[in-house]
This record gives sequence, C-alpha cells and structure tokens, in this order.
Amino acid sequence: MTVMERTWVAVCRLDDLARERGAAALVDGVQVALFRLADDRVLAVQQHDPFCDAYVLSRGIVGSRAVDGAEVATVASPMHKQVFDLVTGRCLDPVGKEPVRGMSADLRVWPVRVVDDVVEVGA
Amino acid sequence: MDPSASKHLVVVGGGMVAQRLVEALRDRDAAGAWRITVLAEEPRRPYDRVALTSYFSGRDAEDLALGDPALWHDPLVTLVRDDKVVTIDRAARTVTTGRGRVEHYDHLVLATGSSAWVPPIEGADLPGVFVYRTIDDVAELRGYVEAMGQGKVVRGAVLGGGLLGLEAAGALQALGAQTTVLQVGTHLMSAQVDLGGGEALRRLINGLGVGVRLNAATTRIRPHRRGGVGRLDLADGGRLDADVVVIAAGVRPRDELARDAGLEIGARGGVVVDDTCLTSDPAISGVGEVACIQGACIGLVAPGYAMAEVTADRLLGGAAQFPGADTATKLKLSGVDVASFGDAFGQTPGALEIVWADPVAGVYKKLVMSDDARTLLGGVLVGDASAYASLRPMLGRELPGDPAAYLLPEGTGGAPDLELPDDAGVCSCNNVSAGAVRGAVTEQGCTDLGAVKACTKAGTSCGSCLPLVKKLVTGELTKQGITVSSALCEHFALSRAQLYDAIRVSGVRSFTEVVERFGTRQGARGCDICKPAIGSILATTAPAHVLEGERAALQDTNDHVMANLQKDGSYSVVPRIPGGEVTPAGLIAIGSVAEDFGLYTKITGGQRIDLFGARIDQLPLIWQRLVDAGFESGHAYGKSLRTVKSCVGSTWCRFGVQDSVALAVLLELRYRGLRSPHKIKLGVSGCARECAEARGKDVGVIATDKGWNLYVGGNGGFTPRHAQLLAEDLDTETLIRTIDRFLLYYVRTADRLQRTAPWVDDVEGGLDGVRAVVLEDSLGIAADLDAQMARHVLEYEDEWKATLEDPEKLRRFASFVNAPEVADPSLAYVPERGQVRPATADERDEAREAQLRGEPVLVAGSTLEVRR
Ligand code: SRM
Ligand SMILES: Cc1cc2nc3c(=O)[nH]c(=O)nc-3n(C[C@H](O)[C@H](O)[C@H](O)COP(=O)(O)OP(=O)(O)OC[C@H]3O[C@@H](n4cnc5c(N)ncnc54)[C@H](O)[C@@H]3O)c2cc1C
Ligand code: SF4
Ligand code: FES
Repeated sequence: MTVMERTWVAVCRLDDLARERGAAALVDGVQVALFRLADDRVLAVQQHDPFCDAYVLSRGIVGSRAVDGAEVATVASPMHKQVFDLVTGRCLDPVGKEPVRGMSADLRVWPVRVVDDVVEVGA
Repeated sequence: MDPSASKHLVVVGGGMVAQRLVEALRDRDAAGAWRITVLAEEPRRPYDRVALTSYFSGRDAEDLALGDPALWHDPLVTLVRDDKVVTIDRAARTVTTGRGRVEHYDHLVLATGSSAWVPPIEGADLPGVFVYRTIDDVAELRGYVEAMGQGKVVRGAVLGGGLLGLEAAGALQALGAQTTVLQVGTHLMSAQVDLGGGEALRRLINGLGVGVRLNAATTRIRPHRRGGVGRLDLADGGRLDADVVVIAAGVRPRDELARDAGLEIGARGGVVVDDTCLTSDPAISGVGEVACIQGACIGLVAPGYAMAEVTADRLLGGAAQFPGADTATKLKLSGVDVASFGDAFGQTPGALEIVWADPVAGVYKKLVMSDDARTLLGGVLVGDASAYASLRPMLGRELPGDPAAYLLPEGTGGAPDLELPDDAGVCSCNNVSAGAVRGAVTEQGCTDLGAVKACTKAGTSCGSCLPLVKKLVTGELTKQGITVSSALCEHFALSRAQLYDAIRVSGVRSFTEVVERFGTRQGARGCDICKPAIGSILATTAPAHVLEGERAALQDTNDHVMANLQKDGSYSVVPRIPGGEVTPAGLIAIGSVAEDFGLYTKITGGQRIDLFGARIDQLPLIWQRLVDAGFESGHAYGKSLRTVKSCVGSTWCRFGVQDSVALAVLLELRYRGLRSPHKIKLGVSGCARECAEARGKDVGVIATDKGWNLYVGGNGGFTPRHAQLLAEDLDTETLIRTIDRFLLYYVRTADRLQRTAPWVDDVEGGLDGVRAVVLEDSLGIAADLDAQMARHVLEYEDEWKATLEDPEKLRRFASFVNAPEVADPSLAYVPERGQVRPATADERDEAREAQLRGEPVLVAGSTLEVRR
C-alpha cells in the first residue's frame, strides 16, 4: 500500500496576513492567493482570475454570501467582480461573463493549515 | 339509548385533537352508534395548548379548559386521566394502560400528539433546563424562575427561534428574566418567514428587550457551582451565562405505540394515514400531530381539527376526506405581529414576490402571487400583520386591484416617470434596448436587477448603464405592483442614505459594528457592494486613513493600494495637480519618475498626468519620489473628489473677469480626499465663454462681473447632463459655503454610485429642493453640514504620505508575501509609439514560442531593464 504524503510549504506567519484581505504567495512557482478571514481561518485559491486572465484575485474584497442557507466566505475579483466561494473555489456569480480561453470558471484551491503561527500551504 | 348496543371507540391521548374528535362525534351521532373512551396520560382534561403561554399571565390551569365541560359528563363518553396506554394488541383489538386497564375497541384512534424534542447535548438533563409543551412544564418553569429570582436578575436562554421559542422567550421575559434566544439557523421563524422577514422580526424581538443570537448552535450546557444550569457553550466558541434554559428545538411525533404495533411509520416519524385518516390497519385511525398525512406531520392545531372532523364523519359512514393542510400561522406574542400563510417562500413555479419593507418602522411584508401577479399564493407579514385576516381567506383567489396596495401604508404612491421609447439603446456595451430590458421583466419574469442583467447582459460590461437599467426595471416592476427594495445588498436591508444616517447618528466606527447593528444576518461579512459603500460612509462620519485597521478590508483594490488597477493587474499613478496648474520642476519630477520606472505616460482628460504600468510593489517607491517632489495623492482611484478643472482665467486671459485658477486650486485643496457616493468633479471658468466646461461638472462655477454663478448636477460620462444654475453672483465666501453644503448633502443622501445629476432629480423637489436645503436651510441641517466640512478640511492628510511613514501599511504592497522582492512574472509589455503597453495574449504566446526557438523576443517582463 502506498501512502500519499502531502507536503506542507511554510509560506508566511499568520501575522503577515491582514484580516479579511488577501495576499499573493509563490508556492512551487505557482501564484496562490491567500486569504485570512475574520475568524483567522486561512484559505487559498489561485491568484489567476480566469475571467480577465490577470493574476489579481488576492486583491479582491473578502465577504460572505448566503448559499443554500449557509454563510459562505467569498472573494470578489477586483477586476470585474466575479464572486468565488473561497472554500470550494466555485464561481458563485460570473456576472454574465465567460472565462477567457476556455478556462474553468471555478478556482483551484489549496489546503492551508496554521502551525505555531506559521501559515502552511499543502502542495 | 343503550350504551352496550353501541360500538366502542377508544381514543389514545387526551389533547386538543382528541377533544375535537369527541366533540364532533357526539355532536353528530345522535343515535349513539358509538360510545367513546379517551385514555389520557396527562392528569387533566384536554386543554388549550395553543394558549399555554397565557398560563404565565396569571391564569390557572382551569382557564385553559377547552369547550363545554358537559361533554365529559355525557354517558357515552368516558375520560380516563393520568393513565398512559402502553400496548396495542391489534389481533385482540385491545389496548392496555400503565395502570393495567384493558379496553377492547371496535375502532381505535391515535391522538398522542408530539413531545418536545431535546437535542442530545451534554447537560440537557440539568435542573433548570425545561421544555415547553404541557401545563406541568410551564408550571415548573414558572416555579423555578420565581424561586431563583428572589432579589436578583435571572438570565434566561431559549434554544430555538421558531414560533414556540419566541413565545417561550416572551414568557420568560414576562417573568422578569433577561432573555436571549439562540437560533441555530440564519434567521428567526425560518419555517414560516423568509430572510427579510426574519430580519425585521429580529429587530422587533430586540425591541422587547430579548436578545437574539443567530447561527448559534449550543454544544453543551454547563452546571453552575450552586447546582442547576450556569452557562451555555456555543459551537462558534462563544458562551452565554444562563440560570434557566428552555429548549424549543422542535417536536417529535409520539408514534411509539404505533411503531410497537407494527403500523406503517413515516420516513421522518408519525403514523402514516391516508386522506380518510386511516392507518395501515383499517381499525385504527391517526389524527393530530402524531399523524403523518400527505407525507408530513403538521405541528398545528387546525389540520388536526380537520382530521378529527374527517374521522368523526367516516365513523358515521360519511365520505369526508382531508382537504390538505392550512399551514397559516400567526405568532402570539404581544408587541410582535408576525403572520405567514400559503406559499410563503414563493416555491410555486413562476411565483412573483411583492415585497414592501420599512426597516425604520420595523415592517416587512411580502405577498407571493401567481405569475400573472393576480392570484394570491401566500405571504409573510412582519411588524404589521393587520392585513392577515383579510388576505388569508383570499389564498388561491384573484386579488381585486393592485396587490401592492395591500402592503403599502395608507396614502403611498409613486410618481410616474418619463418613458424611454422601447427602441432606445440603454446598454451600449452589449447593445441592449430599453424594450429588451422591459421585456426581461414583463416576459421573462425577472424580478430584480440581477436577473435582468443575467437575462439581457445589460450592465455586465462597464457597468455605467446600471443606474438606467435599474430605473427601467424598477419602473416596470412598479407597473406590475411590485415595490422594489432599496436595500443596499443581501447584507443590508437599508439603502445607502438610510445607512449613512444610521451610522452617523449611532456613531459606530467600524464595519463589524455596522454589520452587527444594521446588517441582515449575524455572522455575515459583507461583499464588494456594501463594504466599499460603508468604507466610504465611515470616511466622512468617522474619518481615518483608508488602510487603518479594519478599514483596509473595506476598500476596493484601487483605494487599498491608492492607485488604479489596469487590465493586466498593474496600476496607474496620478499625482494631484490642483486646478491643472503645475510648475516646470513638477513636470520634470513626474517625467523622471516615469522614465526611471518605465511607465507609460499620458495627459488625462482631467488636466493632469497619468503614469501607467506600475507593479504593486513599485507603488511605494514611486510615491516616495513623488512625495519628495511635493506631490500628493490625486485620488484618481477614489469615489471622491477627482479634479477641479480650470481655464487660465483673468490673470492671463484677455477676456477673464475673475481668477479662475486661484479659485480652482482653493476648491481642489478644500475638497481633496472627500469620500462620496460616486466621484465628484468640479470646474471653474473665468468668464461666460466657459473654456473649463464647468457646466459639464458636478459643481460648475462661472465667473461674472459681480462674483460667481454656481451650477450643479452636470455630468459627462455615460449620461451627459448640463449642470443647472443654483445661485447667481455669489461672493467667494458664500460660494464656498454653498458648495460645502451641496457636496455634503449629496454625500449623505445619494444612492451608492449615483452621480449628482440623477441625485438632484431624486431629491424631493428636485433642484428647488436642493436650493431650499443648501441656501435656505429648510431642513435645519446647515450648521451640521458646515461643521462636518470644517472637520474634513482640518483633518485632511495625504494618504500616500501617511502610508510611506507607516511600515505596517507598507507591508500591503509586497508582490508576494513569501517573496517580496520577486516581481510578478505574469506582467509583459511590448513597445508602442516610443512607450510600452501590456502585451496581448497572442503576443505572449508568440514570445514564448520565439523564446523556445531561441529567437529574440519583443515582449519584456517589467523586471527587465527594457528601453520600453
Ligand atoms: C485617465 C482618464 C482618461 C484619460 O486618459 O484622460 C480616465 C480614466 C478612467 N476613467 Fe474616466 N478618466 C478620465 C476623465 C474622465 C472624464 C473627463 C473629465 O473628468 O473631465 C469623464 C467625463 C466627465 C464626468 O465624469 O462627468 C470621465 C468619465 C468616466 C466614467 C463615466 C462616469 C459617469 O458618470 O457615467 C467612468 C466610469 C465610472 O466612474 O463608473 C470613468 C472611469 C474611469 C476609470 C477609473 C475606469 C477604471 O475603473 O479603471 C479609468 C481609470 C484610468 C486610470 O487608471 O487612471 N470615467 N472620465 C481621465 C482621468 C482624469 C483625471 O485626471 O482624473
Ligand atoms: C406553547 C405552544 C403554543 C402553540 N401555539 C400554536 C399556535 O399558535 N397555533 C397552532 O396551530 N398550534 C400551536 N401549537 C401546537 C398545538 O398545540 C398542537 O398542534 C396541538 O395541541 C396538537 O394536538 P394533538 O391532540 O395532536 O396533540 P396534543 O395536544 O399534544 O395532545 C396529545 C396528548 O396525548 C397524550 N398522550 C401521548 N401519548 C399517550 C399515550 N401513550 N397514552 C395516553 N396519552 C398519551 C399527551 O400527553 C397529550 O396530552 C402550540 C403548541 C404549544 C406547546
Ligand atoms: S473662460 Fe474665457 S476668459 Fe476664461 S480663460 Fe477661457 S477664454 Fe479666457
Ligand atoms: S455595461 Fe452597459 S454600457 Fe457598459
């Protein structure tokens, strides 16, 4: 039996992230957008915005939206305001647009954990 | 009448529905075909459980008795109290009670009702934890609270924010306890009312002095040192001290007997009955809350009574059938008017919802209508349920007249608006006509702006047509009798203007406080609509740096990094050049910054210079240079003052009658940094030739021989409008005071992203109304506005300079949090007309291939020293 081991990459200290704001990070050469929520959870999605083809998602506004009765943490793209579920990466509102070059509207997500105040992204 | 000749009906349970069954049967069975035995577990006659709470207002158990007591003296009726049925023997047709009584039946009716459901939480069995179902329950609760209350305040908690929980909370409060309701879901009474109604309800409940915590799941009830309950632990880590806890988390049908007897049981409990109320055994019926009828157990008395009537009729050979449940409900809590009926959640396909909400008055009303807006399907009334009585009978029928009229308070009428012809273009980006927008509402059933956007694509590109699209949609919905909510977004039921007042008057200073006090949902964290709007409101009610603490999280990226985001993710930089006046040294300084950082440079339409293509990590470096050269932020990114355009004026121009540049500089420095609902632009011309195009500005000033003429409400942009004359020949002091008031009145009362032209139209009385407020002080707020502007002028500081002095704020400008010195590798530029521009996707692809082939590349990342 083979056991898949996840490798955790230390990225920054929790304190380096502002609450309810994103920050970009480079994880194995890939641009990742990290978000620290009001409750200090940290979530990670791709920095690339599939709707405008620019690497900007960490600069969007963090918020929440009621989806099927549950409060879901979201980010709105700073470019054209598409809204994404930060936990699943799902695009909740494409605001009538299609992603560029046939890309998926949903975002890739990474697992994140905070160990002794250090934010680690699962690669 | 010989009882021994009658057949024997045995009823298990002596609750409300059993009582109705006995009453109905004895009423109609004049021949005495049936004799009835009711076996009841409770030690008293059937009583009015619905009115249970009135037990607290001094009534005793007897007052709750139902119907005519003579019923129980009828020789054909036997009531056995305080004796619980423990088994049914279907083969022998007998039931046996706990006291050993055995009754043979010809027909058996199960009317065992429900029991309060107690979730499996640790501590739920502690003394001081109660349920709320029987007279004994409430008598014990009252005794406990009274005993504990001797001289101290008792803290009560109610788990469950449904009908029952709120009633219990009201009762606890009436007993003098300080009460908090904990609701697991997003809003109160979620089974009966929608989110908007739940929010209005929360305010009303708060108004009674009862606290409400939403999304609050209790994980544990902890004992107090003195014994009894002491505290609740919540799933979100919160806790709540409580001396007494009432669990009102729902009910479960008491179907134990039926299960043991092998009768069919519903998926979610309850003994399954058909429309004649027979169970899977034709000798046994089920009625009331224990019956699973048409797929569900119904926790209301009216459907139970209907089942009792059906059963009585059937026992006498009739053919009655259960007509379907009427689930209309009204909360019985004094001071809180709530009713819900029919399809309250608008689940019927095509259903239209007509909503009228007045958060200030605490009223939320909604009617659900069929797709032609005629037939009443249901409704929710919170805060004012006076229409409930007349509307409920109209369920499923056509409502005469305009449905909205049933919701609006007396004497409300909207003014008719000018009509755009159907073929007029509304959205130029997506080529959508006014007719298409109207059609989305009338033919495609769109009921809000979002739906119309999705359906027509109008407003989905640059967004500048949105106010117009919104106006059309609102107009069309109004025609259909649908009142459109002015709510800011899903997180706030208030309009921007209402929110501004609420924030200003309450003096709250942070988004968290605002969303907790005025938001629709506890625990919600806003969105890209409300956050910047609240950031903007706080900027004038409680000024602080845009990056100060929690404020930073409210800003769009432009305000957050104090630059304008470009299509490739880079930013542009615009230093302020007040009045368009700049020294040669200033020009050289800007030029050398542009050159050193390789920025594309352009003179803007606002008489200043824009530097494009700066990376986020370069912004502080660029601004250090600009600040050192004496420049400050131009707020090209903000919904705030942009520029005061000027002509050269009397100092040089041979026609000029006043010094337009001096005034423009003065005004620009006065209003710089003033956050507003949309951007504001001013213009000053030195004579009537109007070289500064001042009448195209939000505030335009034109020099006269005697002073200044003041024009307001001009716009370029998407809907060009010439400014209108507000006042003539003002001296400079009066002019400035009038502009101060005009701008702040706009800041306080305009909608989000509403420019001054449409705002002036919306002010009551239009331009005259504005004039009355700013020149005649008709609202008595002038002194307040003057003081607010004085404070703005006094407290203004350059946000870029302040940022450069604060290492904490500078941390926000790193390219990557784990590699601050690595430049964003995605940026790529190509040369054009001696400067650079972002490479297109094709150009990037070509460059990649060329690189693979080892050929020279024209595209350069911004890190490379390109002679761009
Ligand atoms: C740079 C500039 C164009 C230029 O190269 O000349 C410009 C550029 C932008 N304009 Fe403008 N406008 C510029 C002058 C104007 C003018 C002319 C003027 O101010 O005299 C107008 C018409 C006058 C008016 O506003 O009434 C103008 C009407 C708009 C509008 C339409 C507003 C409307 O009411 O419909 C928008 C869209 C919006 O704000 O929602 C807009 C939005 C924008 C934005 C902010 C779009 C965006 O979000 O990225 C552009 C940002 C550019 C940047 O990165 O700096 N810009 N824009 C001008 C900057 C002036 C300055 O120094 O600050
Ligand atoms: C505080 C409160 C407020 C309410 N307000 C409203 C309202 O505003 N509107 C509304 O429509 N409804 C309301 N209800 C619900 C309403 O009271 C019930 O729907 C109604 O009482 C159901 O009647 P039932 O006969 O089916 O059950 P119940 O009235 O609950 O009676 C069942 C009886 O059967 C007895 N029993 C159970 N098992 C056995 C057994 N094995 N042997 C003998 N006896 C047994 C029980 O002890 C109980 O006395 C309220 C309920 C409560 C508690
Ligand atoms: S407005 Fe008239 S007077 Fe003023 S500068 Fe222009 S031309 Fe000269
Ligand atoms: S989106 Fe409608 S005009 Fe641009």
